[in-house]
Amino acid sequence: MSGHSSHPDYLGHHYDTPEQQFDSGSLGMWLFLATEVLLFAGLFCAYAIYRSHHPEIFLYAHQYLDKNMGALNTAVLIFSSFTMAMAVRMAQLGKNNHVVTLLTITLLCGFGFLGVKKVEYEAKWKHGLLWGKKFHPEEHSAGAHGTEALHDAGVTTAAGVTTAAGVATAAGGAGASHDTGASHDAAAMPAGATDHGAAPATGGSTAAPVGINPANADPMAVRSNIAPPPAGPAGLAENAFEPKQKVNSHATPKERPSNVHIFFGIYFLMTGLHGVHVIAGMSAIAWVLWRTMKGHFSAQYSTPVHLVGLYWHLVDLVWIYLFPLLYLVG
Amino acid sequence: MSANHTTYGGGTPGAPAWEQDNYLNHTHGLKSWLTTLDHKRIGLMYLICILASFLLGGLFALLVRTEHLTPGRTIVDADLYNQYFTLHGAVMIFLFIIPGIPAALGNFVLPLMLGAKDVAFPRLNLTSWYLWVIGAIFSVVTIALGGVDTGWTFYTPYSTTTATHVIPVTLGVFILGFSSIFTGLNFIVTIHKLRPKGMTWFKMPLFLWAVYATALIQVLATPVLGITLLLLIAERAMGIGIFDPALGGDPVLFQHFFWFYSHPAVYIMILPAMGVISEVIAPFSRKTIFGYKFIAYSSIAIAAFGFLVWGHHMFTSGQSALGNMLFSALTFSVSIPSAIKVFNWLSTMYKGSISLKTPMLYALAFMFLFGIGGLTGLFLGALAVDVHLHDTYFVVAHFHYVMFGGTVIAFLAGLHYWWPKMFGRMYSEKWGAVACALIFIGFNVTFFTQFVLGSQGMPRRYYNYLPMYTSYHQISTVGSYIMGLGFVICAIYLAHSLLAGKKAAANPWGSVTLEWRTPPIPPHDNFDKTPLAGDPYDYSQVRWDAKTGGYVWVDEQSSAAVAG
Repeated sequence: MSGHSSHPDYLGHHYDTPEQQFDSGSLGMWLFLATEVLLFAGLFCAYAIYRSHHPEIFLYAHQYLDKNMGALNTAVLIFSSFTMAMAVRMAQLGKNNHVVTLLTITLLCGFGFLGVKKVEYEAKWKHGLLWGKKFHPEEHSAGAHGTEALHDAGVTTAAGVTTAAGVATAAGGAGASHDTGASHDAAAMPAGATDHGAAPATGGSTAAPVGINPANADPMAVRSNIAPPPAGPAGLAENAFEPKQKVNSHATPKERPSNVHIFFGIYFLMTGLHGVHVIAGMSAIAWVLWRTMKGHFSAQYSTPVHLVGLYWHLVDLVWIYLFPLLYLVG
Repeated sequence: MSANHTTYGGGTPGAPAWEQDNYLNHTHGLKSWLTTLDHKRIGLMYLICILASFLLGGLFALLVRTEHLTPGRTIVDADLYNQYFTLHGAVMIFLFIIPGIPAALGNFVLPLMLGAKDVAFPRLNLTSWYLWVIGAIFSVVTIALGGVDTGWTFYTPYSTTTATHVIPVTLGVFILGFSSIFTGLNFIVTIHKLRPKGMTWFKMPLFLWAVYATALIQVLATPVLGITLLLLIAERAMGIGIFDPALGGDPVLFQHFFWFYSHPAVYIMILPAMGVISEVIAPFSRKTIFGYKFIAYSSIAIAAFGFLVWGHHMFTSGQSALGNMLFSALTFSVSIPSAIKVFNWLSTMYKGSISLKTPMLYALAFMFLFGIGGLTGLFLGALAVDVHLHDTYFVVAHFHYVMFGGTVIAFLAGLHYWWPKMFGRMYSEKWGAVACALIFIGFNVTFFTQFVLGSQGMPRRYYNYLPMYTSYHQISTVGSYIMGLGFVICAIYLAHSLLAGKKAAANPWGSVTLEWRTPPIPPHDNFDKTPLAGDPYDYSQVRWDAKTGGYVWVDEQSSAAVAG
């Protein structure tokens, strides 16, 4: 720690060499990432426990998540990890123009991810597919037409919100519901979202609103508007959703497993906490972007870009686990 | 930062250079403290805050004990009593014991022991302190709003249904958790990257091993508490259903999550205490530490085992029999590394030249009290016995013997040991011994009685009790007053020392860890040149110097060049 005269500006007074400072920063960030993993570990643990005790809840409820949107977001994040890694490399080489471009793209990917997530959340909110006490899947249809519209309600709202709520009644027949169920059966739920899009089309009257839908300029919204679980009498269509489980084989059509909301609770907690981390990561990216533009970094010193890169990769990695665990059950 | 090198050493005749410019007077004004990045100042700011918390928690404890003077109502209602014991527990654990030794003493000492100028991340260090303050504000706000009555464990489903203010206090604990994580992270990196030449892992002072093991737990366990508390907040605020049986959730899952952190947290509390004892025993026995590697490894072993025993808090919560047996066996295994430490300390003292200065008195008290606390832990780890003793005063007595008899006593040992280095002043040894004796006696009167109470079936946390327990409760309460008196005396002579204490020598105890190489009050940058680390327990490196009233380094005496 002698030789203060040779200290560059970016080197903390308590470090001897830039390497020592870089190594310290990296070790610190890796430790921090370990704490982040453990923070999520609690939720993964809760997920594992509830899924092992109640697999039927997860099998049933995951269909209400939109696999396409999840896949899209996965792709967005993987791509952003690539641009982030490139940014780190360019920063090491001192090519700050490239760094700015690449960080900007990464940041935009972050916005894209959040946008898609917002669309998904909105759809869940509309259908009352929420956690614990807020789980009222029939609520929205009460707004429209009572419980019988349940199954195609996904279509209903997709169209209904923007066009006419009345369509719901037309679509509300049990036939449409069964169609949906059938298509699920046949496809063994490979892609619940698109199934829903297609199923009501065979159902006749609903075809029109679905067709119209792209005019919403929000095709994703349609896909995410999967039918909410039924409550009460119209539930018979739900047989299709759980042909194997049959946990509650009561005479009354209560086919939805009890406590489905546990899944949505875990879904919102995990994706919500992840979303907070995405926002934190984006803030950090914005910060190093600003510093890059200010010319704070050079080929000799770009540690913050490196560290933010590590953080962003972790944020991506968590999602890589969340996507299959939540969207691709069964 | 390097500007001070020009001023340091340039004192006027009359006063020594270290009095002219040291970390305490290097810059002036409140702002210079609140924005400081100096680990020593941050350590002192922690110390002030932590002592204030200790006072607050202690007052709640005295209120709880006073309430138990008679069966039924003595001074407060049952509801208020519930809040008192909750706040006593929450304040003592989250605001005092967990940050106590690592954040206050550790911050001050750790870089000095390493011969470094600061911790690896000084800004993060200050951030930790602010997070602590914010977390503490939440707790104080909770008290102002009318308290919380769940116990410090926040067990569901009660914590999701009680009308008291669970959310602010949980949020406060969540923030305090991050303060603790960042401190731990900082210390791990500092120990890895800022050790001086000559200090290999096995030449580190044992305090650093202990702090390192503690920091590992802080970093690995605290995030789980964080997510647990977030889930609790989500449960309470939004009814997420994960812990609520009415919604299909599992309240015992909360216990698992909570104890997965909070049992390792017990080792966050005790490990640095053990580190302090290792530092104190050796110099006051004038003998090199016995079994250095065993003490070092046992810290890591305790940290590792600590993660595997959380289930022993749930022997009566309906765990599987197999789970209970495994957790019981693992719990017993933790006693091995703990006992290794105690045996090594005793062996260090054997045939040593023991001087009973105040830090050493506390270290001896530690060994006695921690011995009882540790051994009664084995009673509780035994399945059949625990069914009888679970949630009785026996448990209360056990963890107070470990937490107070262990950690608080070691904190006092460390405070007295490093006090001259912090402030450059000595305190009254006579009053130090008196206070130590009062605290030791008062503690045993308070809590040994509770072992008896608990084994006779007095349940913990109860407001009321059967008349048969009255005399035990009264003895216990009197003991707590004796302890309180001891602390008042301690506060008085320490305050007196600050104002009018004898000026301390640079190395009053004859220790040979690097912090004693600095002047009586260290300068802002700690060391002009990174010192060369030698054996941290070889006491032939120093010899008594009657002129300064302290010890001097043999190498510095013979030639100043060695330290380069």
